[in-house]
Amino acid sequence: MAATDAPATPEELKERIEAGIPGATAAVTGDGHHFNAVVSAAAFTGLSRIAQHRLVYDVFGGEVGGRIHALSIQTKATASETENIA
Amino acid sequence: MSDDVSTQIHEAIESAITENPVILFMKGTPDQPMCGFSARTVAILQSVGTPFAAVNILPDPRIRQELSTISNWPTIPQLFVDGEFVGGCDIVTEMYESGELQEALGVEAGENGANGAPTPEPAAQEPAPLSIENRL
Repeated sequence: MAATDAPATPEELKERIEAGIPGATAAVTGDGHHFNAVVSAAAFTGLSRIAQHRLVYDVFGGEVGGRIHALSIQTKATASETENIA
Repeated sequence: MSDDVSTQIHEAIESAITENPVILFMKGTPDQPMCGFSARTVAILQSVGTPFAAVNILPDPRIRQELSTISNWPTIPQLFVDGEFVGGCDIVTEMYESGELQEALGVEAGENGANGAPTPEPAAQEPAPLSIENRL
C-alpha cells in the first residue's frame, strides 16, 4: 500500500486516513516531510484525544518518524451521519 | 548484549516516569531544544510554571525505541504526568489552550501560585540514570 521511496504527499496522507478510518474526512497540508492533518470522524466519538490520535497514527504505522518525518494531528468527533438523516 | 542494554533503558524509562510527577521526553534539552515540537512543548510547560523533568532522547536511539513501546506513541515529545501518558505536542497544545493541562498539572489557569503556596523552585529531581545528557 505504501509507496516505498516516493516522497509522501498531502494527497496520499488524506487518502490513506480516509481509507483507514471509517467515515473520516481529512484535510492535510505538508511539505513532504512535515504534515498537518485535521481529521473528522464519527469513529472518534467517545474516545480520548490520545486514542483519537492513535487511530490516525496507526494508519501509517512505522512510517511516522521515518518516511513521514512529522505528523501533526487535530481530531474532531463528528456526529454519526445517520443522525442527520431526516 | 544489546538486548540487555535495551532492557536497562526500558526499566530506567519506567522508573523515571514513576518517580517524576511531570516528565517530558524530548529532542534536546529545555535550554536547547533540537526540534520545534519539543521547543513548543517546553515553552508551554514553562508558561504554566510547573517544574518538570526532561529527558533528551537523542543520545541513544534505543531511548526513543523503548519509550515508544511503553507509551504506544510514535512521535516525540511525550509528556507524562503522575505516571500517565498525556500526549505529544498537539495534545499538550490543545489542553493548554482549553485549560485542561493546567488542571492536570494542578495549576490554576492564569493564576500561577495563586493558592498561597510559594511557587516551587524547580525541584532538583534526578530524572533517573538514562544518560548523562539528562537534566532538568
